[in-house]
Amino acid sequence: MTAEIRTVTVARDFAHPPEKIWRALTQPHLIAEWLMANDFVAAVDHRFALRGDWGSVDCKVLEIEAERSLSYSWDAMGLESVVVWTLTPTAAGTHLRMEQTGFRPDQEQAYQGAKFGWAKFFGKLEQVLAEMDAGS
Amino acid sequence: MVHAHETLFKTLADPTRRAIFERLCRDGEQTVGALTARAGVSQPAVSKHLGLLKQAGLVEDRHEGRQTHYSARRGSLAPLTDWTNEMTTFWEARFDALEDLLKRMDQ
Repeated sequence: MTAEIRTVTVARDFAHPPEKIWRALTQPHLIAEWLMANDFVAAVDHRFALRGDWGSVDCKVLEIEAERSLSYSWDAMGLESVVVWTLTPTAAGTHLRMEQTGFRPDQEQAYQGAKFGWAKFFGKLEQVLAEMDAGS
Repeated sequence: MVHAHETLFKTLADPTRRAIFERLCRDGEQTVGALTARAGVSQPAVSKHLGLLKQAGLVEDRHEGRQTHYSARRGSLAPLTDWTNEMTTFWEARFDALEDLLKRMDQ
């Protein structure tokens, strides 16, 4: 592990058309059904919060392409990341892909979370853990 | 899910605290006095940092006579290194919930 980009990708094929999935991704009362309570508005630069019982996530809409892609920042506990949704029509419905990316040391300006030195910290983490193992 | 990370992140967000923790990882058990000599801050400040590290489960202490020895707790960082796995689990569950919702939207 190095302090490079960390990405989480989850994708799934749904037997539902993109239009319907788009509604589930962008209408607040529907988002609340599967993700978290929110004040989402499908408008670039709109800031919103996702609220769970453990705390909240601060978000800002970055890009919208109706029924094709949606991205927003996802900031929680001093960690900044970006979530990108991509909808691809298929014969049976829609291929939905979620990619969450964070901790880019090469884009410290873009990731305000770097103010905490997270990238550096994660870069050291593997080394620190390895030393802990060696010392046992 | 995310809650498990919160305390660790907040605790390690402070550079002095992080330096103390890294030093304990690297050099093993230390007394408050030894840590203070290298930390560049006062002993009460170091003690306060150690208290917060202990609360977060990152370090443990051992009393011997009038000295308190601190050491890093092995495995305490596992929730951070498992971030990718935990987020994947989180999103898989959200996808399941989304699938349920899409079915309900048909009705």
